[in-house]
Amino acid sequence: MNVWDTVFPYLLSGISVGGQYALIAIGYTMVYGILRLINFAHGDVFMVAGIVMVYIASSGLPIWVCIPLVLLITVFVGFLIERVAYKPLRSAPRMSVMISAIGVSYALQNLVLYVTGGLNKQYPTIPWISDTVVIGPAKTKLVTVITPILVIALVVALVLLINKTKIGMAMRAVSKDFETSQLMGIKINNVISATFIIGSFLAGVGSILYFTNYPTVIQTSGAMPGLKAFVAAVFGGIGSIPGAVIGAFIIGIMENIIKGLDVILFKAGIISGPMGLATFSDAFTFALLIVILIVKPTGLFGEKVTDKV
Amino acid sequence: MKKMIALVLAVMMLVPAFALADNIIKIGVYEPASGDSGAGGKQETLGVQYANFKTPTVTIGDTEYKVELVTADNGSSTDKAPSAAQKLVSENVSVVLGSYGSGVSIAGSDYFKNANIPAIGLTCTNPQVTAGNSHYFRICFLDPFQGTVLANYAKDALGASTVYCLGELGNDYDQGLITYFKQAFEGLGGMVITESFPTGTADFTSYLTNATAYGADVFFCPVSIAYSTQIIQQASAQGLAIAILGGDTLDSNVVADATKGTNVKVVITTFYQEGANEEFDTGFKAWLNENPDMLTNNGGNDVISAVSVMGYDGYYTALAALQAAGSVDGAAVMAALPAVTIDGVSGHIAFDETGDAIRTSAFVKTVNNETGAWEFVTEQSVSGN
Amino acid sequence: MKKKNNIGSYITLGVVILIYAAVFIAEQTIPSTSMLFTVLKKGATYALVAVSMNLLNGFTGIFSLGQAGFMLIGAYIYGIFTIPVSMRGQVYQYFDGGLVQFTLPIIIAMILGGLAAAFFAFLIGLPVLRLKSDYLAIATLGFAEIVRAIFQWNGLGPVTNGSNMLRSFPNFNDFNITDAQGNVTVYLSTLIPFIMSGICILIIVLLINSSYGRAFKAIRDDEVAAEAMGINLAHHKRLAFCISSFFAGVSGAMLAMYQTTVQAKSFTSAMTYEILLIVVIGGIGSVTGSVLSSFLFVACSEWWLRFLDEQQMIGDFQVPLLRNGFRLVVFSVIIMIVVLFFRRGIMGDRELWNLNFTGRRKNKGDGK
Repeated sequence: MNVWDTVFPYLLSGISVGGQYALIAIGYTMVYGILRLINFAHGDVFMVAGIVMVYIASSGLPIWVCIPLVLLITVFVGFLIERVAYKPLRSAPRMSVMISAIGVSYALQNLVLYVTGGLNKQYPTIPWISDTVVIGPAKTKLVTVITPILVIALVVALVLLINKTKIGMAMRAVSKDFETSQLMGIKINNVISATFIIGSFLAGVGSILYFTNYPTVIQTSGAMPGLKAFVAAVFGGIGSIPGAVIGAFIIGIMENIIKGLDVILFKAGIISGPMGLATFSDAFTFALLIVILIVKPTGLFGEKVTDKV
Repeated sequence: MKKMIALVLAVMMLVPAFALADNIIKIGVYEPASGDSGAGGKQETLGVQYANFKTPTVTIGDTEYKVELVTADNGSSTDKAPSAAQKLVSENVSVVLGSYGSGVSIAGSDYFKNANIPAIGLTCTNPQVTAGNSHYFRICFLDPFQGTVLANYAKDALGASTVYCLGELGNDYDQGLITYFKQAFEGLGGMVITESFPTGTADFTSYLTNATAYGADVFFCPVSIAYSTQIIQQASAQGLAIAILGGDTLDSNVVADATKGTNVKVVITTFYQEGANEEFDTGFKAWLNENPDMLTNNGGNDVISAVSVMGYDGYYTALAALQAAGSVDGAAVMAALPAVTIDGVSGHIAFDETGDAIRTSAFVKTVNNETGAWEFVTEQSVSGN
Repeated sequence: MKKKNNIGSYITLGVVILIYAAVFIAEQTIPSTSMLFTVLKKGATYALVAVSMNLLNGFTGIFSLGQAGFMLIGAYIYGIFTIPVSMRGQVYQYFDGGLVQFTLPIIIAMILGGLAAAFFAFLIGLPVLRLKSDYLAIATLGFAEIVRAIFQWNGLGPVTNGSNMLRSFPNFNDFNITDAQGNVTVYLSTLIPFIMSGICILIIVLLINSSYGRAFKAIRDDEVAAEAMGINLAHHKRLAFCISSFFAGVSGAMLAMYQTTVQAKSFTSAMTYEILLIVVIGGIGSVTGSVLSSFLFVACSEWWLRFLDEQQMIGDFQVPLLRNGFRLVVFSVIIMIVVLFFRRGIMGDRELWNLNFTGRRKNKGDGK
């Protein structure tokens, strides 16, 4: 086995999970761009999409009905959260909104804990994308290959939406200057709702891909992917959609490389036995976050914002 | 409105008060009902509930007592364990059964100790649960024994020379069993590689890749049910060619269902094999099928898990101890427990000087990939343990 | 003004003494197995960490989410240095008894835990305190996750016991005074955490009312203006961060004593969120509020709302919805209501000693 054969399977896992993080990260970055709010509940919306799928599929509906239904419900959940928990706080300090987001996250997790009884739920097998394929030296599910392609397609569509349509223009205007755009006659609540709807939709798509790969759902399933996706958004420069996607892929790949770092170093003859470096696969993401915040707080593609006094 | 609420609350307070009028003895069931081990904890609780259904009363001295089960959910996590244990203590239970999972048992241990309540471990196999204390007993085998059985099996039956071990960080059960497995397997001249994943991990693909890259012949993962199903399914997607070896936690119909229809070979050690006690099997299944809730708690079908058997035996051990003590007082039961012996469904139970059951054999089982049923492989004994 | 504050202080002192006396008497008379004492012990622990978080979030305006990480450090340092040497072989069973082969007195180990937390806070504070509100929040949250991973790493096993549990260290029950037969004569297991927590909170209150405290509040209200007034921003922020982390570390040690075991994996971000919610319910910027809401929060989650998790019968009528987990749903709804509609929490930014005891209405803003 040469080095490439050793590293390739990790890259493959990384690209797959990175694509799924990317779909969540877009929701974070768009909401932050417009509301300057870290939507802590976004990871839980992703998890709720997974749980909803479990219950809908167990009702016996065919899968081509389930998928649109799940996306619809996820979008509605995202929309509802904004209306109930964030809209009343529009004029409140930013800290209050963030606390409200943490409260929503806590509430969603507890609600799912109650509904599921706190047990892992088996995600339904979605035909075709669950098929096994062989790529080079690795064997994996088809979803691993589809994810990056789908992500790029969705991102292109999203960028077109933002640059070419009226609502997209409104979004850009609101993210530049909240008050002025309001004065210019933009219906700010509609724009914000649209943002949450798009974000939740992508999180729903992400959840279908993610849980097809890792097929159990529990109330805490969304917490870690959510945090990592947020880090990805910061890494890419918050507010920038391509940045979030690139950040997500980098984090997904690095995380899997670290899980395999012992093996890679071992094969390369650098270390003589496992060092347990896989323990740091999650921590690495956060170390990266702190480094990027210190070195380049605006991220890879973020715009420089001047503080208003 | 306020009066209504007050009334409702008052009624709620009174209900248990009325119940106290009878002779009641409380047995605490300290099991996870949620979290990573929730599925297993529920099955273990089912065994206790079934035993309670069969024998709802116990005669101590000349008085007949009604046995009331008090359950507390320890959430499969060591930080939720203290309040669950405290709940049982505050309910004045006479004896505690549980838990599934060694970490939570250790975490709750001091609370029972301080309240002078004896505890009977059902399937917590880590030696640390009973070591150095006089209040914790256990009716199952221990990890040094189980690790040796597994190591022998990996070496002799599976012909392994390198084993890749994967456990959850900070899970005493996983880490303990892996350590004893490693000792035994290296003693047999094999090589062992161990890795751990953080709690909450869902993506095991890279760990599976690691196992292949190290050239392992066996993938040993004695992890919680929640993780093992993930590992089996991802192993199947990756076409893992080597056998997955597990401990008693994997003995669950949930794991069998996950394995059904895949090409993954899953081998485990456990306490009981369905069919060994016809009377228990038919009775338990009939009881499950009569109660839809219970059937759901058992994972949706009536396949018997070994942990249910251990729950059943634990309940009768507790009753025997209460009778031997001739009292409902925790301290008296604790004093009586070391001498208690019963012939349970899982075999003869007697305690040694640390309070552990003397067990010399374990069952090895595997999943039939087509039917998804557990199949008996062999009964393995280890001498000198 | 001064005089009225004194009245408030005397009344507060009286209330506190009454509470301590009540705790002492309750402990001698009510059976020690009662849930009440669990709530009081855990409540005292959470009160300290909530106040320490409030010092940062409420009084200095630094939105930090690293509390769980600092508690972890405090809990581990306490555990590592207090496990009796004779027990180390058992606890550190996979690491040949571990490296540390001596014990420190409980109080010293607690303070050391706090100092270690403060030291880490100093290190992490150098870079991250320059960040603005939500970036700072996420960076500190990330820091807590990193700490958790480091303490779980097997490479540090001889010191931290890897990812395995630390246990057998002295806990609250060891403060009870026993006679020769081992029977408890004087119960102190609840009073001692009250005293520990009380002393620490008193120090924080004194700090808040000192010139440092006024500087902190100035930074919270307007950083630029505070800097213009000659307050050294970096210095004061770092000071607040380190002090808050010190007390978070001490409360971590108390949590270890309460739980009787310590394990890194339980110090998750969910724990920090819980503490944040306690602070919010109590009122951001009120020490009294944080203390009150800690006890309320713990009592509700451990005790009063427990009945929601079990099936209840009223006569023959089975109350619907009640089953495992319902308590937490009710709980989250209550929290959301507080967050959305009672944003000032129980106390707002008022304190027990600033409350108007004389009956005259106090003008807003002249509380100091």
